Amino acid sequence: MRALRYLQAMNEAYHQEMARDSSTFIIGEDIRGAIRGETKGLFEAFGPDRVLDTPISEAAFSGFAIGAAMAGLRPIVQFQVPSLIYVAFDQLVNQAAKLPLMLGGQTKLPITYTVMVNGSRGGQAGQHSDSPYPYLLHAGFKLVAPSTPYEAKGLMLAAIREDDPVFFMASATLMAQRGEVPEEMYTLPLGVGDVKREGTDVTVVAVGNTVPEALAAAERLQDEGISVKVWDPRSLLPLDRDGLCEAVSSTGRLVIYDDTNRTCGFAAEISAIVAERVFGELKAPIKRVTRADVPMPFSVPLEKAVLPNPEQLVAAIRAVCNYERK
Amino acid sequence: MTHLEKDLAGRLYRRMRLIRRFEETVVKLVDDNEIAGVCHEYVGQEAVATGVCAALRTDDIITSTHRGHGHIIAKGAQVRHMLAELLGRSTGCNKGRGGSMHIADVSLGIYGANGIVGAGAPIACGAAFRFKTAGKGTVAVPFFGDGAINQGVLHESLNLAAVWNLPVVFACENNLYAITTPIRDASKVQPHERAAAYGMPGVLVDGMDVEAVYQATAAAVDRARGGGGPTFLEFTTYRYCGHQTAERFMNAKYRTKAEIEEWRAKDAIDTWGLRMIDRGLWTSADRDAANLSVDEELEEAVAFARASPWPDPATALDYMYSKPYPGLPARGVE
Repeated sequence: MRALRYLQAMNEAYHQEMARDSSTFIIGEDIRGAIRGETKGLFEAFGPDRVLDTPISEAAFSGFAIGAAMAGLRPIVQFQVPSLIYVAFDQLVNQAAKLPLMLGGQTKLPITYTVMVNGSRGGQAGQHSDSPYPYLLHAGFKLVAPSTPYEAKGLMLAAIREDDPVFFMASATLMAQRGEVPEEMYTLPLGVGDVKREGTDVTVVAVGNTVPEALAAAERLQDEGISVKVWDPRSLLPLDRDGLCEAVSSTGRLVIYDDTNRTCGFAAEISAIVAERVFGELKAPIKRVTRADVPMPFSVPLEKAVLPNPEQLVAAIRAVCNYERK
Repeated sequence: MTHLEKDLAGRLYRRMRLIRRFEETVVKLVDDNEIAGVCHEYVGQEAVATGVCAALRTDDIITSTHRGHGHIIAKGAQVRHMLAELLGRSTGCNKGRGGSMHIADVSLGIYGANGIVGAGAPIACGAAFRFKTAGKGTVAVPFFGDGAINQGVLHESLNLAAVWNLPVVFACENNLYAITTPIRDASKVQPHERAAAYGMPGVLVDGMDVEAVYQATAAAVDRARGGGGPTFLEFTTYRYCGHQTAERFMNAKYRTKAEIEEWRAKDAIDTWGLRMIDRGLWTSADRDAANLSVDEELEEAVAFARASPWPDPATALDYMYSKPYPGLPARGVE
């Protein structure tokens, strides 16, 4: 099968779905220019009525998508960096996330929000390194965080076809990654996680950009005789809770490796679900390896000290495997 | 300007009167704790909602505000379903999920009242984009107050509507106060003067004159339908009541009694009813009959709302998603 980069997989999904469904359109900043590449060729293929570059007005284009959706369209809204969602938070959290319930089901909002360059990519400092999905999950948004080009295409197509708002988090460090991607259209279901590596001693839950790092750590630890299972939720809301609990129960040990803040972060939610549901299966306390609760400092050594890193992950895995009940 | 014909004139009167009496009914129901929370009364501003919506078709859409009852009635919602919503009943417009600040009837082009000042403007622009490409001449009208003219998203929306030539009629109700802050302390210019900065016409209209409101809106709507782009209409008006129903008990001092009386003397409903008599469009007996029919409609609506069932608590999480999944939305206790 041919290999595509993550960005190319997103681009192919946009092209194929926009050709299939004439109610779709894409709106945001640098959509036509497509400097980074994920929207390349859309303007040439679909023209000015379906490929919209806006003024720098994140709040307005987020609200614009709501009105367009209520009037019958299926908008794709692209944020160039994750922290731009904060500028639009009223339209996202107070409007898009709440309107369907507040209106008693009078409207559907089939909106896909693509958030580019999620997480840190080195030297981007405090306002361009965020990984803001816990805020969005807290607001009730459906959200996917694909970790491979194959998933990027399948989950993008599923997100666009979903009749509710869905966030698509494109990890900064994954966007150049290559992988096999079928040419035909296919969707991957929301709410179904994936065992990325089988293992018997400990389960690592990793999300988006931390998945390849978790797989590399598992490889290293194999030489030490530690067998690591890696479970990727892929879709954070809906979350495959049964799949999670099954993956954890099968090893009895859990380390969560997630690049969001520690306090009320995604790892905290995973911990709570496992502790509530399968406490009896655990052989050791749960460990979280997360980002520290500070804005990202600019200097690279400081950035490394804030991000969760593979050394911390390996140490955490060893610790849960060596744990003995006193 | 030619005078309005008899049928339309009578409809405008009755609609304004319905809004007034609806709000008076609401205040009583709030005081009696039949309506939970507070409401933001529209009393005094009836000519604006009525005149604007009379110039619209059913498929045109509006977005409304926290002070939205008047707009919703004017666009054609049934008061019985509105009152049922305010009473939190399952027969309400939003099945009891919205309340005063979120009443909507999407089938009538009412995209919702909104609890956040200025938030409806970009939503209206998005709908207008759909209408523009669909080519049926449909327009979108976001209502907002003088308070919203200092909210960023409104300006982003004015700009978008202008650069994309969207069929939007921005309806600004200048009632002189943003909660308790007078507009003179919040803006150096009148709201409509800001329209020029976005390259669209800004028109000042007497919002206490329903005929003037109707005619100005009809002109702006015609322009939008014909592909002429957006217009900013500023209606000068006044709310007789407080910012919200609880203000009566708060000893507010930001307005004088004399100022309130001065505006009450220009009351849009009284004025229009008399002007219709002067023009020979109806008699005072016709007016009394219209008033009576409004009261009867509201009496029936209150009875309907009170007799309506409460929503089933087991459905409290319904409508969050169109496509449900197991465990979604999460309950408070598993």
